[in-house]
Amino acid sequence: MTVPASESGIHKRVVLAEADIDRALTRIAHEILEANKGSRDLVLLGIPRRGFPLAQRLAQKIAAVDPTVDPDLIAGQLDVTMYRDDLRRHPTRSPLATQLPPSGIDDKVVVLVDDVLYSGRTIRAALDALADLGRPRAVRLAVLVDRGHRELPIRADHVGKNLPTSSRERVRVHLAETDLIGGSAVNEVVIEDRV
Amino acid sequence: MKHLLSTHDLSARNALRLLDVAEEMAAVGDREIKKLPALRGRTVVNLFFEDSTRTRISFEAAAKRLSADVINFAAKGSSVSKGESLKDTAQTLEAMSADAVVIRHPASGAPARLAASGWIDAAVVNAGDGTHEHPTQALLDAFTLRRHWARVGGTPSAGTDLTGMKVLIVGDVLHSRVARSNVWLLTTLGAEVLLAGPPTLLPIGVGAWPCTVHYDLDDALAQRPDAVMMLRLQAERMNAAFFPSTREYSRRWGFDDGRLALLDALGLDDTVVMHPGPMNRGLEISSAAADSPRSTVLAQVRNGVSVRMAALYLLLAGDPHDDVPEQHDLPALIPEGRTP
Repeated sequence: MTVPASESGIHKRVVLAEADIDRALTRIAHEILEANKGSRDLVLLGIPRRGFPLAQRLAQKIAAVDPTVDPDLIAGQLDVTMYRDDLRRHPTRSPLATQLPPSGIDDKVVVLVDDVLYSGRTIRAALDALADLGRPRAVRLAVLVDRGHRELPIRADHVGKNLPTSSRERVRVHLAETDLIGGSAVNEVVIEDRV
Repeated sequence: MKHLLSTHDLSARNALRLLDVAEEMAAVGDREIKKLPALRGRTVVNLFFEDSTRTRISFEAAAKRLSADVINFAAKGSSVSKGESLKDTAQTLEAMSADAVVIRHPASGAPARLAASGWIDAAVVNAGDGTHEHPTQALLDAFTLRRHWARVGGTPSAGTDLTGMKVLIVGDVLHSRVARSNVWLLTTLGAEVLLAGPPTLLPIGVGAWPCTVHYDLDDALAQRPDAVMMLRLQAERMNAAFFPSTREYSRRWGFDDGRLALLDALGLDDTVVMHPGPMNRGLEISSAAADSPRSTVLAQVRNGVSVRMAALYLLLAGDPHDDVPEQHDLPALIPEGRTP
């Protein structure tokens, strides 16, 4: 699974390839349906940028299992920029769109979807953002990768892969919807480390 | 961006970024809880040396929706009427640790003086200075125009500019800071700007501006503009006779019922009529025109809050000592359709 170090002196390791990501998402989709005892009241909200395409893919997979579900009507995007606790520490970030499904989130079971769970601060911001938008019946968390190093009492309900990492390493998720690597769309999870 | 002083030195990139952020801020205005925590603990001072209703209220609403603390300061009833200078007022605000100062002043250049003086550390937002500029008004006009243009074209407004749009600005350009700010900003965003007004109310050197000048309103309307922006006749700034009578002005330069019908006759179904307010009904714009479906007056007021939220957010939310521009290494998601 090890690929040669790039010329910049960064050691890259592919930990999830396209098929692995697809299998993990299929399993998470089934877990979500199982935990919810069906697709009733389900809303999937992806956190930009890569959480949104993941939420869309999960919605597709849920619709493949339960044909009564319209994947476009249960997936949405939740921007958390304005709720971050580190706004003042960085140059100003532009907020992105929040798009809720037409049914809204009141009394729904909202599954937050993100690519990497790390400190937990993004999820804390997402919980605050949700509270301003409505009152879900329950909120769950699905992530593609949990890399540890939590700084807040937050855990994921559905995890694609647990990746023990050092905080020096960087976990990068590349999705066909958001990332072009060398001109081609790829789906992979990579761990980068300076050699 | 440390200050927002004019649209003349605003780059197309920064202007578009501000309009795109305003688009997200507008979505907050449609929610049940119209509040964001982004500027919690920041203090915004509205420093108004000149009368204003909508601009001050709009800035106050914008700051409050971002959870900032707002201090309103009007020159009337303050120590300014006892002769306090701008410098002393500014230093008082600095001592109260204001993070942003929104200033309106009758003297052109007062906000730039405040920003460059070193008297205060706060971000300065120009809310209208003399006959110089009124950048947030121009930005809200551009935002309104962009939404209209996107609706006509059937495209999403985020990320687009005003290329191909023809905007006619009519009336008292000489005293209008709104007209100046709009000429610079709209041309930066790719629109074609036309001015129309009596020669006495056009400034010297208008020929060097990036726009064409017309001396007959009906001729200008025949150029088929996509938007007609009527300017307020600023009686309070007029100390000389610029035109024979208000009746004659209204006939030649007012957007009256006849000109409203002319737009229909010309087949300009998608042309909107704008006014920055406050309107002199029956003088530069007739009631029928101001209340017609073409009028964007109320949309402009509504958009003003979103645009000012975006300006305050971009000036105040980030690290004040870190001026590195944001890296846009990823394509924007869901730009089209805006449906999940």
